[in-house]
Amino acid sequence: MNVRAACCVVAAIVSLAACQREKRDFEAPTKAVTPPPVRLSEIQPGAISTKTSLEGKYEDNAFALSEGKRLFGWYNCTGCHAHGGGDKGPALMDRVWIYGSEPAQIYATIVEGRPNGMPSFGGHIPDNEVWELVAYVRSLSGLASGMASPNRSDTMHVKAPESNVEAQQPVTAAPSGASERP
Amino acid sequence: MSRLLAALDPRELRKAARASVGRGEAIYDGPGWGSPAASALDRTWREKPGVRGWLETVDHKRTGKRFVFTSFVFFCAAGILAAIMRSQLAFPDSHLVGPDLYDQMFTMHGTTMMFIFAVPVMQGMAVYLIPLMVGTRNTAFPRMTACAFWLYLLGSLSLWVGFALNTGADAGWFAYVPLAGPEYGIGKRSDLWNNLINLTEAMGLMVAVDLATVILKMRAPGMSLRRMPVFAWSILVTSVMIIFAMPSVMLAANLAQFDRTFATHFFNPAEGGDVLIWQHLFWFFGHPEVYFIFIPALGFISTIIPTFARRPLFGHTAVVLSMIATGFLAFGLWVHHMFATNLPELGKGFFTAMSMMIAIPTAVQIFCWIATLWSGRINLRAPILFVLGFFFILVLGGMTGIMIGAVPFDLQVHDSYFIVAHLHYVLLGGAVFPLFAAFYYWFPKFTGRLLDERLGRWQFWTFFVGFNVTFFPMHLLGLAGMPRRIYTYAADTGWGTLNLVATIGAAIIAVSVLLFVVNVIRTRAGGEAAGDDPWGAATLEWATHSPPPAFNFVALPVVASREPLWAREADEPTHVSGLSAQVREGLVTTVLDALPDVRYAYPSPSIWPAVAAVTVVVWLFWSNVTPSGMWYGLIPPAIAFILWYWPTRRETAEQLLLQRRP
Amino acid sequence: MTGGLHDVEAPAGAQAQAIAQLWHVLLPVCTIVFVAVLVAVFVALRRAPRATRETAPDVSSLSQPEPALARAVWAGVIVCAVLLLGLLAASVFTDRALARLPLEDALHIRLTGYQWWWEAQYDDPAPSRIFTTANELHVPVGRPVIVTLVGADVIHSFWVPSLHGKKDLIPGRPQTISFRADRPGVYRGTCAEYCGYQHAHMVLYVIADTPNDFAYWAARQRAPAAKPASALAQQGAELFLQKSCAMCHAIDGTGAQGRNAPNLTHVASRMTIGAGTLANSVTNRAAWILDPQQFKPGANMPSQNMAPDELAAINAYLGTLQ
Repeated sequence: MNVRAACCVVAAIVSLAACQREKRDFEAPTKAVTPPPVRLSEIQPGAISTKTSLEGKYEDNAFALSEGKRLFGWYNCTGCHAHGGGDKGPALMDRVWIYGSEPAQIYATIVEGRPNGMPSFGGHIPDNEVWELVAYVRSLSGLASGMASPNRSDTMHVKAPESNVEAQQPVTAAPSGASERP
Repeated sequence: MSRLLAALDPRELRKAARASVGRGEAIYDGPGWGSPAASALDRTWREKPGVRGWLETVDHKRTGKRFVFTSFVFFCAAGILAAIMRSQLAFPDSHLVGPDLYDQMFTMHGTTMMFIFAVPVMQGMAVYLIPLMVGTRNTAFPRMTACAFWLYLLGSLSLWVGFALNTGADAGWFAYVPLAGPEYGIGKRSDLWNNLINLTEAMGLMVAVDLATVILKMRAPGMSLRRMPVFAWSILVTSVMIIFAMPSVMLAANLAQFDRTFATHFFNPAEGGDVLIWQHLFWFFGHPEVYFIFIPALGFISTIIPTFARRPLFGHTAVVLSMIATGFLAFGLWVHHMFATNLPELGKGFFTAMSMMIAIPTAVQIFCWIATLWSGRINLRAPILFVLGFFFILVLGGMTGIMIGAVPFDLQVHDSYFIVAHLHYVLLGGAVFPLFAAFYYWFPKFTGRLLDERLGRWQFWTFFVGFNVTFFPMHLLGLAGMPRRIYTYAADTGWGTLNLVATIGAAIIAVSVLLFVVNVIRTRAGGEAAGDDPWGAATLEWATHSPPPAFNFVALPVVASREPLWAREADEPTHVSGLSAQVREGLVTTVLDALPDVRYAYPSPSIWPAVAAVTVVVWLFWSNVTPSGMWYGLIPPAIAFILWYWPTRRETAEQLLLQRRP
Repeated sequence: MTGGLHDVEAPAGAQAQAIAQLWHVLLPVCTIVFVAVLVAVFVALRRAPRATRETAPDVSSLSQPEPALARAVWAGVIVCAVLLLGLLAASVFTDRALARLPLEDALHIRLTGYQWWWEAQYDDPAPSRIFTTANELHVPVGRPVIVTLVGADVIHSFWVPSLHGKKDLIPGRPQTISFRADRPGVYRGTCAEYCGYQHAHMVLYVIADTPNDFAYWAARQRAPAAKPASALAQQGAELFLQKSCAMCHAIDGTGAQGRNAPNLTHVASRMTIGAGTLANSVTNRAAWILDPQQFKPGANMPSQNMAPDELAAINAYLGTLQ
């Protein structure tokens, strides 16, 4: 009997990480939350609130990553970035980042837009969906959790699925050259 | 390693043989419970106490009881999920559970009932009963069956642990792609389901091979095929069906897992794959699966009715041939699950004809049972009550089955609550009612105690009433357009009342199952002692103690009639003796006439089946997490299987000893 | 959410009628057999004497045949076989009747199933007359309809019980179903193949109109969206483009050209929103726009951050899209 119990315990410990990975957040958690204010002071009244955003919350959540993948097509990111290989826009599946690879930097890139063609999506996409896109964009170069990243799509095969991508060490490049306009 | 190699050194072997088997006179088995042979048999077959013995056991009775117990626990768990789902559906626009949880629950319910309960419980009953019924001391490959149990237990637990951690499979028990595929089957939920399929189907195949071998090659001398009990026939038919059908769904699950892990395109139409291939592969298994569950239940009934009608089964040959016919026809039905996909007209006609034709062998059996009751004298006890309930429910389910075999009508009710009603009528009526009959009938053999009759009657009537109150209204709901697998419905659909009735019925069923559990616990604690043969039955399992000793029989019986305990001529031999009592020795007989053929040494207890099962499970999960686990993960099972087959010194010595003796 | 007929036994189309007739053959035959078997069991129980476990078993049947019982069993099996042949014939003839629906002058519709809504494109030889709507089919009474079924993501199934049986929408395998509505009315259809979280809220209404009503409806559907008449509606039209609405929804004749969600050009003319989730009223629309996840958890429309006046403007604009 104790063997059976031991099996349960081991299985439970091994898959504890599953909870976060498998959660389906249908209700947007930021429904009432506005983007964090720009703070010029470290001092705040009451408890210090540092995380009002969804930054990094979706990196290991399979549902959010797959939503990001769907929105990447729906919002026509593929129109310029193709499926991550890049076209008019820079490639997203390589290690080269022009405006930074951190979630907050990618968020800013999507919301604010960038010179030479990247539109500003701020206000056109709900906040939580931007963060889902951020997580997905990072999964393209293996920066999100491999356990949670999407498998292949039911489309023409264009590249290895995000779940099988080796994590690539990000490097920052100047906004010029082949990576931007092939 | 040196110890392992020493197992092959002849001098060492002789020493070991002397040490283990002794120099003294060889002891042979023979009749008489108090004889030295009986105590020698007990020494030989008894297993080590403690955890080690618990893990190493190869006793078919322990393994069989484990299957039955484990699957019954999962039956209750899946039943609780059903009760929650019924509560959610009791009222329109209910918010008790959301769609995410509801989808996981109905998937877990279906998967558990079909893969974790129904097939293992039938196989477990057979693993327990078949060696006793055909008069032998163990199954042919008891280590394989033990390994099958561990695979099954670990696979089922992993699915349920996953469910507890919000990783429960959520694509339905049929896991249609693309919903269970790489794009829409998000997260690791469907991976767990595919693992479960691999593990439980491996379990099913291993047990089926074992049982078929016992039935064909290890029957008591004289038990020719025409004297074989109907239950053994039912398990033989089931085992052969399993061997044909289960590879199909394993293949499908592995193709789907390749799609998910390695990004292959078997089910991707954009790359030349086809989503319908999944449905064909799944239902080529899925329809015969119904008969893996149903045919053993027919065997139960053909065993129980003669005992309580106090006469042999009427039309034994017709019943056996009907079961074989059902086994063949079952493979020609799978497409009737797919009438709503586009099918050629000729194909539809063929599958309609097959779906209706399979009713004929079942009708033959039902008429033979009625004829048996008609011409018998009836001992009206709890097992026969469940059999009578079976008549009502299964025949009703069979009638709706004929209706939905007709393509045009199926197009209307397919995937509606009409089907939910139909499948519960045939599966609960065709398997669970007979199973409860079998529990009441064989429980004295398992434990030596009789289940309480009064509680049994209460359980029967609550179950019968609750069942019909739950599932009969679903026919009407289906006709009123309620589709399956919806987590809620709007009030103005008018489905509320009937759903509420169904939920009330579900509560009655829950009470009934609870009564059964109470009955079992009370009986275990101190029920009426049963004696060896509480029912005055005809088959060989009642010719030994209740519960049977580890070696089953002091001397293997010899069979001269279809009802060996009823029709026995005075001048015929009743047993065969002369097998070694110091070594686990058995008798292999010929397939047709069961003439003694060769002696066979049964495998001894071993830890490796359990270890091998663990390594296989680790391999599967490893391959889900990282594709390279598919290759590296193969190393531990390879080691475990090699060690499993590595002979110990004692085993080799025993084999040599057996060879020297005449 | 707003009723509609959905009963196998209340057919409103030629094919559902044929299937209902088959049902009226199957039901009595099967009932008679069921009752006959139960009566046989009951009589067997009544006439057989009671016994106990000590009662000596009667093994005479092992040596002597029982011709009377054998004849009875044979008779029963033969009767069953004959009845089954009859039912098989009924089934085949019904199937032929279904396949023989006359299809002259048929209306062609291309119906695409998405998670969890339906897109209907009414075909026409003249490309300018093709129009797209969602979650609601209008068909003319008495005229056959050929629907091409396309699965866009996972497998769905088209089922309008009052008109015909179901047929699956399978990705990569388009197929057609044809039916004819014989009586005007609202017929509720639904997705019958489990397709994910919101399988329960994937309703498709089929509205059978008289030919004149249908022609009027189709003409209106072909027209681009109405220009906003009031200032509030004008503001709503602008907000529709500025907010996230236009990322997914299309309103023909405006800049909103999203193709991922139902076409809203004539949304106000529909009976429901959210594929049958809510009745299409002003308050329901407002609640839905703010928080669709509350009514249809898992649906692809996100909850919105929207000021009350913005919501009122957009809602007013959508209300004008008749």
